[in-house]
Amino acid sequence: MKNLKVITGILAMTFLTLTAMSCKDAKKEQNNDEGHNTEMNHDNSDGHHDSDKKEMAMNSNQDGNAEMILKDYFNLKDALVSDDEAKAKEFGAVLKKSLENLDVSKYTEEQQTELKEIVEDAIEHAEHISESPMAHQREHFKVLSKDVTDMVAITGTANTLYEQFCPMYDKGSAWLSKSEEVRNPYYGSKMLKCGKVQKEIN
Amino acid sequence: MLVLLVVFVGIQFIPTEGNQSDIVPKTDFMLVNNVPNDIKNKLQVSCYDCHSNNTNYPWYNKIQPVAWFLEDHIKEGKAELNFSEWDSLSNRRKASKLRSIIKQIESDKMPLDSYTLIHSDAILTDSEKQEIIQFLTQINENLN
Repeated sequence: MKNLKVITGILAMTFLTLTAMSCKDAKKEQNNDEGHNTEMNHDNSDGHHDSDKKEMAMNSNQDGNAEMILKDYFNLKDALVSDDEAKAKEFGAVLKKSLENLDVSKYTEEQQTELKEIVEDAIEHAEHISESPMAHQREHFKVLSKDVTDMVAITGTANTLYEQFCPMYDKGSAWLSKSEEVRNPYYGSKMLKCGKVQKEIN
Repeated sequence: MLVLLVVFVGIQFIPTEGNQSDIVPKTDFMLVNNVPNDIKNKLQVSCYDCHSNNTNYPWYNKIQPVAWFLEDHIKEGKAELNFSEWDSLSNRRKASKLRSIIKQIESDKMPLDSYTLIHSDAILTDSEKQEIIQFLTQINENLN
């Protein structure tokens, strides 16, 4: 038994020694690719936010930042509804950016603390979504949805939102939607209409 | 072949930082939670090498490029979850982390196969997984 362990160890090491160097190179390339991607997302998000700003200018007394987060969240939700992993990755990255930009200065101290905690948590989920396969994206979307719901409870929003609930996914999971019609982001085409409106916000 | 040999010998002189500390910070998961001994041992052996400020290094960490490979893993692991800094997280993030830990254990994604290949003692049996998950679920419930 002990021999086996040593042999496995030695084999693993030889393997590592032989592959690690080529691995390093491959990793470098991958990193470059990633860098390129974030740049693209960045461009994307900028363009996207610019058009948002124009929209916001018309709704003068709204919190632009929180509305932006919501907009990105809904884009992400729609990507999951349509089973589009690549789009969900993209919007996950965009959402991460707008979360990072949330300006909490106009809220009370207590609200600020809570918002910061919410955002910190949500950023992590958005980041995971931006780099994971679909099943894992959906796992993180569940907690992200809770974060965003809690955020809206503090920031408010200009639009009527619907909190919807699917009892089947992970012992029951909620999400937000702008439309009353149920389109399930946890199952997508598999069970598109599974769920019900649980609460109306605004 | 000779070039490879020279490179192999050469890289042995490049140091790595190492992830070791004598101090267990007050924020450590084990200190702020009342962790039963068997679970404590299991977490220490199966998780703490990559998810805390103190790695119990194997002998082959003295050899490059193994040390680089491990350093990378540990850096990534700590960025995701660092048990040593557990209590500096907000309750919201603790809940998120607990959920992720449970999911990772449930789906056998953690501990990593590349880790248990050599650390066979880090493998979690079904009953150990059950026990740990139950304990973590309880911590999560007590958060709020």
